[in-house]
Amino acid sequence: MDSHARIRLTVNGDQSHVLFASYKTLLEVLREDLNLYGTKHGCELGECGACAVLLDGQPVLSCLVLALECDGRAVTTVEGLAADGRLHPLQEAFADLGAAQCGYCTPGFLVAAKALLDEHPRPTRAQIREALSGNLCRCTGYQQIFEAVESAIQSTVDGRQSTVTTDDSRSVDSRRT
Amino acid sequence: MSAKRSVIGVPRRRVDGRAKVTGQTRFADDIVLPRMLHCKLLRSTIPHARIVRIDGGRALAHPGVHLVLTGADFPITYGILPVSQDEHALAADRVRFVGDPVAAVIASDELTAFEALDLIDVAYEPLTTFSDPKESLAQGLPRIHDYGDRGNIHKIVSLGFGDVERAFSEADLVFEDTFFYEGSTHLPIEQHAALAARDPDGKLVLWSSTQTPHYVHRALARALDVPAAHIRVIATPNGGGFGGKSDPFNHEVVIAKAALLLDRPVKICLTREEVFYCHRGRHPVLMHFKTGVKRDGTITGVHLKTLLDGGAYGSYGVASTFYTGALQTVTYHIPVYHFQGCRVFTNKPPCGPKRGHGTPQSRFGQEIQLDKIAEALSIDPAELRLRIVERPEALTANYLHVGTIGLPECIRRVVRTSDWANRYRKLPNGRGLGLACSSYLSGAALPIYWNDMPHSGVQLKLDRSGGVTAFCGATEIGQGSDDVLAGCVAEILGIEPLDIRPVTGDTDLTPVDLGSYSSRVTLMMGNAAIQAAERARELLARAVSRKLAIDPDRLVFADRRVFDAENPEVGVSFAEAVSLAETLFGTIGTTGSYTPPRSAARFKGGGVGPSPTYSYSAAVVEVDVDPPTGWIHVPRVWIAHDIGRALNPTLVRGQVEGSVYMALGEALMEEQSFRRLPRRLSGALVHKFPSLLEYKSLTTLDMPEVITELVEHPDPRGPFGAKEVGQGPLLPVMPALANAVHDAVGVRIDELPITPEKIVKALQAKAAGKTPRYGPTAFPEIPWPETLQVPPPWEGGDGTSIKK
Repeated sequence: MDSHARIRLTVNGDQSHVLFASYKTLLEVLREDLNLYGTKHGCELGECGACAVLLDGQPVLSCLVLALECDGRAVTTVEGLAADGRLHPLQEAFADLGAAQCGYCTPGFLVAAKALLDEHPRPTRAQIREALSGNLCRCTGYQQIFEAVESAIQSTVDGRQSTVTTDDSRSVDSRRT
Repeated sequence: MSAKRSVIGVPRRRVDGRAKVTGQTRFADDIVLPRMLHCKLLRSTIPHARIVRIDGGRALAHPGVHLVLTGADFPITYGILPVSQDEHALAADRVRFVGDPVAAVIASDELTAFEALDLIDVAYEPLTTFSDPKESLAQGLPRIHDYGDRGNIHKIVSLGFGDVERAFSEADLVFEDTFFYEGSTHLPIEQHAALAARDPDGKLVLWSSTQTPHYVHRALARALDVPAAHIRVIATPNGGGFGGKSDPFNHEVVIAKAALLLDRPVKICLTREEVFYCHRGRHPVLMHFKTGVKRDGTITGVHLKTLLDGGAYGSYGVASTFYTGALQTVTYHIPVYHFQGCRVFTNKPPCGPKRGHGTPQSRFGQEIQLDKIAEALSIDPAELRLRIVERPEALTANYLHVGTIGLPECIRRVVRTSDWANRYRKLPNGRGLGLACSSYLSGAALPIYWNDMPHSGVQLKLDRSGGVTAFCGATEIGQGSDDVLAGCVAEILGIEPLDIRPVTGDTDLTPVDLGSYSSRVTLMMGNAAIQAAERARELLARAVSRKLAIDPDRLVFADRRVFDAENPEVGVSFAEAVSLAETLFGTIGTTGSYTPPRSAARFKGGGVGPSPTYSYSAAVVEVDVDPPTGWIHVPRVWIAHDIGRALNPTLVRGQVEGSVYMALGEALMEEQSFRRLPRRLSGALVHKFPSLLEYKSLTTLDMPEVITELVEHPDPRGPFGAKEVGQGPLLPVMPALANAVHDAVGVRIDELPITPEKIVKALQAKAAGKTPRYGPTAFPEIPWPETLQVPPPWEGGDGTSIKK
C-alpha cells in the first residue's frame, strides 16, 4: 500500500478530494488535511466524544474511524451546522443558555445533539441524557446543555431558525435564565 | 450615572459564545504555522533513579528527526513558586516519578517523533521509591530533593493563634476525628498543547493553553536565559483548566528552546495519558481535627493537623500546605486556632492547585466533624451552623479580614428548598439528606512573587466608530473572564458587550493580570476594568458637556448614546462622543488597575489565606443508598451561593452547576491513585487509571438535578458588588454527601471518595457492633517544628508573631 491515499469526501456539503497519509483517522484528516479545526481530540481512544462528527448522518467518533473507510461518504462537522448564513437552533441555544463554557466539548455535543433531533425531533430529558452520554464535559455539569437542547427542539420542529440574531448579545426570551 | 443596569445582572449570551458554538475558537492545537515541526517527550519509566547515561544519537539519525534535546540542554531550573524552583525542563541527573520528562524529539510529524523516542538510549540507576507519605516520613534518604525542611519533608509549619489547650479545657466536649481525602486530577477535556516559534522579527513567541501567561513569561526568561522583553506568551483559550494549567511546564520550555535553535515553529500536544502524569492536581491529605465546643455548639478552639502527599516536585505545594489550614476560620467563629501542616515529597506526579486549592480537604473534615458534633449535642446541623457563623467584617484569629457574609441566608435557602426540616432524619432507611457549608477566597491577596504592583491592569482603546478594545492579561479558561471584561466596560460606557473587543492573555499586548487562579479574575480584573471605563467616561463626559453646554453630572451613558438625563432627546451617539473627546484631548486611551488591600497578617506564612473578600456556599445533598451493595445514587443537590452580585446570571449558574458536578466526581469516583507494577516487570509506581474511561467522571447519566439559589448582597469590594463563584460552590458538596450517607444508613465514611465498597464495610462493622465508620484511624507522629505563636486580635495581637 502507498504511504498516501486519496479519497472523495463530501464535507459539510462540499465535494472534495483529499490526499492524506493512509494511517490517519478521519479526525486527523479533518483537522490536518482539510483545515477543519472545529472537531477536537480529547483522549485518542474514543472515550470523550469531543471528536464526534456525522458520517452519512450517523454520529461517529472520528478518532476511531479510519479516513480510508470514508471514500465516497458524507461528513458533517460543527462547521457545517449553520445553513444559509444562519446558525442552527442548537448553536443559538447553546450560546444563549450557557451550554458552552470553555467550548472545547461543544462541537462534539452539538453534533451528537443534532443527530438526536434528526432522529427524534421531540426527545424527553431522559432520551437527551442517553444520546449525549458519550460526550464528556468538565465545565457545565450538563444541566444547561440539556436545557439548550430542549430549547432548540421547538425551533427545529417548527422548521424555523431561532429569532435571536447574532448581533444581539442579549437573550430575547424571558423564559431563559 | 446610569442608575438602571442594562448589562450587569442580565442573563445573556457570553461574548465568546458564538465562536464556541461554531467551532471557531482557536485552541492551542488548532494553530498551525508553515513548516511546523512536532515534539514528543520521552518520559521516565522508573519512579526514582539517577540517570547514568542518556544518548539521543540514534534518534537524531532517524529520518525526519530534526533535533533531540536532553537535560544537558536545560541547566537552569524554574518553578511557579520562588521558594521551590526545583524543575528542569528535561531531567538533569535524576528522575523523580514515572512520567518525568528526560528527553525530547522534534520531528517533521508526530508519528516520526513517537517512533524516534524508542531510539533514545537511557540507562537508569534506580533509587528507593517513596510511594506514600508514610514512607517519606520514615526515611529521609535518599532525598528526593536537596532542599526542603529535612529528609523528604518539603514543608512543615506550626502556627498557633491563642492557647488551644486552654480552649479545650474550657470546652464542654472535645471531638477528635481523622479524615482522608484522596487525590484527583483536573481532567480538562483539552489536553495541554503549545506552539513555539520565532516571529518574523526573530523574537520568541509561545502560544499555550495556560492559565498564567505572566508566570510562564517569567519562567521562560529564566529557564532559557533570554530577555523577557523578547519573549511573547499568548494564552490561548483554555479547553478547561481548573488549576491544571497554572504551572510553567516542561513542554513549554522545551518547545521554546527547540524553536529558537531550529528557527522553525514547534508544536506539542500532550496525550491524555501524559496529562494524567503532568497532573499538578489535588493533594491527597490526611487530616486530624480536634475541636472543643460548648453545649450550645460554640467552638472554643480547633487544632488541625494535615499531612499532604506532594508528589515529586514543589509546584504550588508550599501554598497548598498553608491552604489546608488557612481558611478554616472564615466560616465559623474560631477564637483559638492551632494549625500544623506537613507536605512530603513522593515519587509520583507532582500535586498542585485544583479547584479549591487545599481547602476542600479540610473543609470536608470540618463539615463532617460539625455534623458529628451536632448529633452529639442534639442540635440540628443547620441550626448549629447558624449559631456559629462568623460575623461580617470580622478579623479572624489568623488575621483574615472577612467582608460580607451571606452564609446565614444561604443556609436558610437550602433548608427551605430541600424541605430539610421535614425530611432530615425522617426519610426511610437508605435515603438521607446532608448539609454542609464552605467559604472561598475571591482572589489571593498576595502575588506568587513578592512585589507591590497591581494584580490586574486593563487598558481601553476607544475608536471613532464607537468600538472599544479592552486589553487585559487575564485568561479565558471557560469561566467567562472575557465576558466579565466586556460586561463591566459596556455597563459603564452605556454600550453593548458586542461593541467591545476583549484582547486578553498576551504578554506583548495586554497589561499584566496575574492569571486565572484563586478565583481572582472577576474581582480584580473587574475592578480594574471599571476604573479604566470610568476614566474614559469622564473624558467623554467632559467633551460632550462642552458640546451640549450641559453640566457633565447630568449626562447619562446608555443605549450607545450620551444624553441629558433631564432631556433624553438631547445628546450624541457614543461614537460622536469619542470623536468629540479625541478632538479635545487627543488620542483617547485609559488604564485601570487593582491591587488588593494589605493584609493584617504579618507573620511568616500569613501570606496565604488573605483575600479582598470571601464567598460562601451552603449545600444539601440527597442520597439513595442501597444497603446490600452500598450503591449510591444522588437524585438532587440544593446549593446556595453568596455571590454578592451575579454579573451574568447565565454564566454564574454554569459555574455553580459545574462546581457541583466536579464535587460529585471527587466525592464518588475520581481517584488519582497509583499501584506498583510487579517486581518482575519493573516495580514502577504507575497511575492506576490514566484514561478517560478508567478514571471515572460523571456523564450525563450520572448528573443529578441541581437547584441553585444565588444570594446577592453586594460586597463593596467587588465590581458591582460581585464576589467569586468559580470555586466556592464545589466545597460544601463532598461533606454534604458524606453527611447524607450518614443520614441514609447510619454510617460515617470519613474519607473520599465515598464508594459502595466502603459503605458496605462500614455497614458490616455496624452490624457487628463495632464503630459504624470507614476511614483512617491514625495520624502519624510528625516532627513538628516549634510553634510560631501569633496572638489573635482579641488577645491584643497585632498580626505579628511573638519574637523569641
